[in-house]
Amino acid sequence: MLLFLLKRELLRHWRGKQDLINPLVFFVITVSLFPLAVTPEGNLLIQMGPGIIWVAALLATMLSLESIYRDDYFDGTLELLMLQSGSAYQMVMAKVISHWISSGLPLIIISPLLAMMMHLNAASIWSLVLTLLLGTPVLSLLGAVGMGLTVSLKQGGVLLSLLVLPLYIPILIFGSNAITAASMGFNYVTQLSALAAFLVGSFSIMPLAAVAAIKVSIK
Amino acid sequence: MKNKWQWFHRLSSPKWFYEISGEWLPWIWTITILLFAFGLYQGLYVSPPDYQQGNSVRIMYIHVPTAFASLFFYVVMAVAAAIGYIWRIKLAHMAAISIAPIGAAMTFIALFTGSFWGRPTWGTWWIWDARITSELILLFLYIGYIALHDAYEDREVGDRAAGILAMVGVVNIPIIHYSVYWWNTLHQGATISKFGKPSIDEQMLVALLVMIVAIMLFATAAVLMRTRIEIIDRESHKKWVKEVLES
Repeated sequence: MLLFLLKRELLRHWRGKQDLINPLVFFVITVSLFPLAVTPEGNLLIQMGPGIIWVAALLATMLSLESIYRDDYFDGTLELLMLQSGSAYQMVMAKVISHWISSGLPLIIISPLLAMMMHLNAASIWSLVLTLLLGTPVLSLLGAVGMGLTVSLKQGGVLLSLLVLPLYIPILIFGSNAITAASMGFNYVTQLSALAAFLVGSFSIMPLAAVAAIKVSIK
Repeated sequence: MKNKWQWFHRLSSPKWFYEISGEWLPWIWTITILLFAFGLYQGLYVSPPDYQQGNSVRIMYIHVPTAFASLFFYVVMAVAAAIGYIWRIKLAHMAAISIAPIGAAMTFIALFTGSFWGRPTWGTWWIWDARITSELILLFLYIGYIALHDAYEDREVGDRAAGILAMVGVVNIPIIHYSVYWWNTLHQGATISKFGKPSIDEQMLVALLVMIVAIMLFATAAVLMRTRIEIIDRESHKKWVKEVLES
């Protein structure tokens, strides 16, 4: 059942191309605004690059969260899925996983390019990819809770950022810090372990909270 | 079975809560005012100025209690929201939503007084210290909770939605707190340690402890009053509320 739901979700994202492309373009544009606004100087970009890329990834993920529930909520598909799949948990899991594949994974793939534009060295680029790999699923998991709570609201978008961004802070701290450490040639296993711990923790708790959240919204 | 659970049902009845809190409130207010009077006298006149910070140390008697209350009431709010969510007890939800603005106000006062304390002692209004930053994030969490609750037109759906957020938030608070600590120790060494004084003067300690109790009681009284208003507002169609309002 999970696989069937997953296939459906992925197909939905694939057919609605803007779900895939818009967050990605947003990510690239946001990152490229910083050198224009602050400084194009290499040394400063190296220092600020990891933080900028992580903040942009955070915002891009947040903007793409709407695609988890919104369309399905408004045309009533969500209720049918809840009834027919027999397990809200599986449906939420399918949605979270497909959200990560359709919005987290493209960010990871394009991130080395942005890292090079920020003059980051090879070690930092590796750490960027690794931290994004561990961090973006957590963003999707936490985001599914926030999206579940706000999907039925008219002004949900702004509210969603207010709910979700404070919860994203630990990921941001450890993610950007690992890259800074890597760029200076330090070991960053600690940061990666922390991110992995967040991933395991939120993977076990957050789907339950997301199920509770979507049940509140559907009623 | 009926008798065994009677106390529990009574405990969750808004009417019972309204009556009992009405009896308690005058006492709580009296004790609060007395403690405030004593605590402020002790803090502003009796306790000595700090040997380094001078008289500005007296901000501590508001700053520390409100910071303590801000964290304490978030946990209470989340527990109330959890009770309301799990057992579907309306009273618990009413208490949770009544706590939120008080807690947010406490957080704001802690940040505000901290800023005014920082100016003379550290020479800056704001510093990205771990404690301050996590207090700021706590303020965001409170605001998010209130905003989510208010966004729902149906209050009872809002109760449950905001309740989930409070529960997720309370799980995340320690994680956020320790991440911020870890972040700060790596970015900039703790050059200024606010509580690094070798020992606290006895008179200061008395003033501080009295003020902590006073502010906790003050916030409790404010929460009780808000909960009472919430009860009257939500139960306004009930017979007992009409009787209360008429008398």
